[in-house]
Amino acid sequence: MAILEIRNLTKSFGGIKAVDDVSVDVHENTLLGIIGPNGSGKTTFVNMITGFIRPDKGSVRFKGKELIGLTPYKITNMGIGRAFQMVKPFFHLPAFKNIIVPLSSDRVKATKGGGFGDKDAIALDILEEVGFERGSSVPYKTASVLPHGYLKRLELARLIALKAEVLILDELFSGLSIAEVTSIVPIIEKLLVEGKTIIMIEHRLKELFRIADNVIVFNFGKKIKEGKPKEILEDEEVKKAYLGVEV
Amino acid sequence: MLVAAGLNLLIKKRDMAKENYRKERIDRCIKARSDDIYAISSKNEILYLLFPRVIPIAALGIIALISPLYWQKVIISACIFAMLAVSWDFLSSCGMLSLGQALFFGIGSYIAGILNHYLNLPFYITIPVATISGGLLSTILLLPVVRLRGIYFAMVTLILPLMLMRGIEATRIFGGNEGITGLSPFPNIWVELIIIITAMWVTLFALRRFISSDYGLIFVSIRDNDRATMASGINIYAFKAQALFIGSCICAFCGAFMTHSYMFTGIPVFTMEFSILPIAASAIGGIGSLAGPLLGAFVLVPLSEILREFGTLRVVFYGLVLVICVVALPEGIFHYLSRKYNEMERWVKIE
Ligand SMILES: Nc1ncnc2c1ncn2[C@@H]1O[C@H](COP(=O)(O)OP(=O)(O)OP(=O)(O)O)[C@@H](O)[C@H]1O
Ligand SMILES: [Mg+2]
Repeated sequence: MAILEIRNLTKSFGGIKAVDDVSVDVHENTLLGIIGPNGSGKTTFVNMITGFIRPDKGSVRFKGKELIGLTPYKITNMGIGRAFQMVKPFFHLPAFKNIIVPLSSDRVKATKGGGFGDKDAIALDILEEVGFERGSSVPYKTASVLPHGYLKRLELARLIALKAEVLILDELFSGLSIAEVTSIVPIIEKLLVEGKTIIMIEHRLKELFRIADNVIVFNFGKKIKEGKPKEILEDEEVKKAYLGVEV
Repeated sequence: MLVAAGLNLLIKKRDMAKENYRKERIDRCIKARSDDIYAISSKNEILYLLFPRVIPIAALGIIALISPLYWQKVIISACIFAMLAVSWDFLSSCGMLSLGQALFFGIGSYIAGILNHYLNLPFYITIPVATISGGLLSTILLLPVVRLRGIYFAMVTLILPLMLMRGIEATRIFGGNEGITGLSPFPNIWVELIIIITAMWVTLFALRRFISSDYGLIFVSIRDNDRATMASGINIYAFKAQALFIGSCICAFCGAFMTHSYMFTGIPVFTMEFSILPIAASAIGGIGSLAGPLLGAFVLVPLSEILREFGTLRVVFYGLVLVICVVALPEGIFHYLSRKYNEMERWVKIE
């Protein structure tokens, strides 16, 4: 059984159908890539799964439980974490305190020993995991002065702190240098080894296709294709809708 | 107090043989959590931390002790507005823009007045009861709009006290337009001073501590980005309701206190003054520090008394001072002072 069963999700903004009748199964411990041109509805799709936008129609089941109608904090506490395309750090707080907020969630408190222990130390460990140099002043810096690359890592760190089972990464690589992307890919691979399920929206196809198990393609709110990365690369329709722009 | 600190440093500088010392900037920003350990590491550090806390407390105590009755009353009024301002700043730190501190204040005042007038309860009962039940009532009243953001929430807080005012006027309940007079006063001015000054300092330091705790951190994160806080698995509405309760309890306390101090409660307790002055105090004192708004209230309230001589021109001068403060120190007096204090350099021995 799929860990996430998404059926007929539909959402219109005014006249435009941002997401149009999309169904997909996400299987446990796989990486699903979502690609598609700008404005094709990928972020809206994620917003509906995580409770930030109420769909007009459709259902999302997580381990059999319906998510539509639940608030984002409840969905997050069930184990679905998301990183925002537009980074949303707590600008007035130091980086490590940014991580203390998810560490205070019901979900983490409910795990064994989650409510106890030195949260600072745990936060610093997690930050180190995503590439904040331990012992340097970076983890203590206020988020407002951190460079973009660190803010992206901070988004990922929030999901790790939440112990999310399903991680939804909305264009995590956008605005990062090749070197930065290559340093983050192993972190994602490690999460897969740990048994996590990952959904990645990405414009950086080369990096995505190397780690994805399945890929779905969005165009004008519709899912136009689903398959293995290799099949997607060779598909004519996809090339026309999307890849054609790049090649 | 800063002058004294500066002089101290100058003397130290002169006394030290230059070659064995280097200049070190006292920059405590990065020393994030180690503050407490850092503090007890040396006598100097303890002094460094205590100085800005003990001096204002002592100074206010002494001034309250030696002032004539008229100025003692001004101090009491300043303390009340300081607490309203601290509460305003606390709510804004949690992402709630309140234009209606008068609502919480007035509810507290009326509860104390009613308990005292109809049930003859003494102040040491009415004040605590009014504080808690006033906080609860205010929170319940605003609960439906906690979900509104920014200006929408602000609008509701602005309108509610006006509605209560007109409602009491029209229905003539609780004395209607005349209010309730002849309530029991405090035994003497000293009891009054001790209660309000203690309450003010306790509020300030407790809230400052609270907001820097792991729990209080969540309130700040809501203001910074409520969506990211939700995505961190936090029920932001539950937290906002808690913040609302804390903030309105503080104001309700002030209202109840003033009821006994003036031996009166009535619709003037819902006037805009109690909503606007705390915001002005926060603006000139420095938003986001809790201490800044307190400082701002202690600038504005005495200033308004001094300007009384100018009669109708009072408002002009008052406004002028406000504008000058905001233009000259847009970050607020407190942020300016604390930056200067933390940036002070000192000489340390080269190891
Ligand atoms: N809150 C909103 N109100 C109105 N229209 C919206 C809203 N959010 C998205 N849209 C529209 O819905 C469509 C899909 O937007 P969405 O952000 O989901 O695209 P996307 O695939 O994530 O694009 P990108 O690759 O640029 O991130 C766009 O036409 C967008 O303008
Ligand atoms: Mg998007």
